[in-house]
Amino acid sequence: MPTYQPHTYRPDTPSHPPAAFPEYRSNVLRAPHRPFELLPQRLGEITGPLLGEGRVGPHDNDLTLGHDGEPQGQRIIVAGRVLDGDGRPVAGTLLEVWQANAAGRYRHDADRHPAPLDPNFTGVGRVITDAEGRYSFTTVQPGAYPWRNHDNAWRPAHIHFSLFGTAFTQRLITQMYFPGDPLFAQDPIFNSVRDPKAREAMVARFDLDTTVPEWALGYRWDIVLRGKNPTPLEEEDDDE
Amino acid sequence: MSEQLQTTPSQTVGPFFSFGLVWPDGPFVVPEGTPGAFRIGGTVYDGAGVPVPDAVVETWQADPDGRFDHPDDPRGAVRWKDFRGFGRSATDPEGRYSLLTVKPGPLPVAGGAVEDSREAPHLNVSVFCRGMLVRLVTRIYFPDEEANAEDPVLTSIDPARRRTLIAEGEPPGYRFDIHLQGEHETVFFEL
Repeated sequence: MPTYQPHTYRPDTPSHPPAAFPEYRSNVLRAPHRPFELLPQRLGEITGPLLGEGRVGPHDNDLTLGHDGEPQGQRIIVAGRVLDGDGRPVAGTLLEVWQANAAGRYRHDADRHPAPLDPNFTGVGRVITDAEGRYSFTTVQPGAYPWRNHDNAWRPAHIHFSLFGTAFTQRLITQMYFPGDPLFAQDPIFNSVRDPKAREAMVARFDLDTTVPEWALGYRWDIVLRGKNPTPLEEEDDDE
Repeated sequence: MSEQLQTTPSQTVGPFFSFGLVWPDGPFVVPEGTPGAFRIGGTVYDGAGVPVPDAVVETWQADPDGRFDHPDDPRGAVRWKDFRGFGRSATDPEGRYSLLTVKPGPLPVAGGAVEDSREAPHLNVSVFCRGMLVRLVTRIYFPDEEANAEDPVLTSIDPARRRTLIAEGEPPGYRFDIHLQGEHETVFFEL
């Protein structure tokens, strides 16, 4: 009779924005009012979808391909590693990315920003991490864009990331920002992360080693998914 | 023991995710035609009772035998037919989502402290939307399950709010509305 002793995941609430953050105006009618109930981590929480190669097409790691011509804008490479909270690589995990084009316009019907669409850019990519948790994709530098959150509000340039890790507990949707963006100070979404160190962790760094001569600027961004609690069984577990 | 790293913060999915996150097969936890498959879906409402047209609802669940195709299931990973376990549906302009799935089996409660304790059949749910900076986690239970009365999660919730976690039968499937706020605010969980 097996004993169901799960390895649970450590609390990580302080890294994240609060549920209620009214400076982000559309949060006001959407953030739940009642406190969250505690959900113990059992089998359905420590497992999760393991989505891999089947979800990624041949050019999905290069957002500049797949159209008749090349997109406008500064070509960039974004590369890094997906790690768990103990620094272990998360191998074979799916990353989904999406972004605005170089002019700050999304290929979405609801985006009314009067900036041009680019017929050669959709802005969607998918990659799978390798055995060391590494990922890399090529795209163009997204533009900043205005929104109506407050007077003269602009979103800093960013790329959206969606990750699964290996457990329901690790599911993460986030945004990667670019270093030195002057729009950070007025952006409630960026500043909803109250811990300055965690906030800085959303900012990629320029990296000359990732930069390809005569071709594309390189940025590095590592993503950390929730780490596990140590369990009494762990020391005996050869797989770890 | 290696150094502990801080989790990368959550950020909003934003309003313009659909071209990035919508998969043609997203709503199909099981393929069309799977024996026992049914539709489950509903409407996501904001605090003004207005449908939320820019949300994405994801589910994760055990197969009909209560097993997971995952190495961390201590009973061993098993694959049930073409069962993916995972579903994803963006809401439509009327705030509606819909998934095709099968009813999961009950789950053994971890730890083994209470021998016969089981979690009643349920789906784990993640809700992302414009306006939310973090994922909202809830659960969908089924109305026609005696095991609900003994479920350790359901029974931990104030009885007045428990029903927000139980789908309504809507033959041949089920309906589960999600209320982000208000009188009928859905129970959301911290993991």
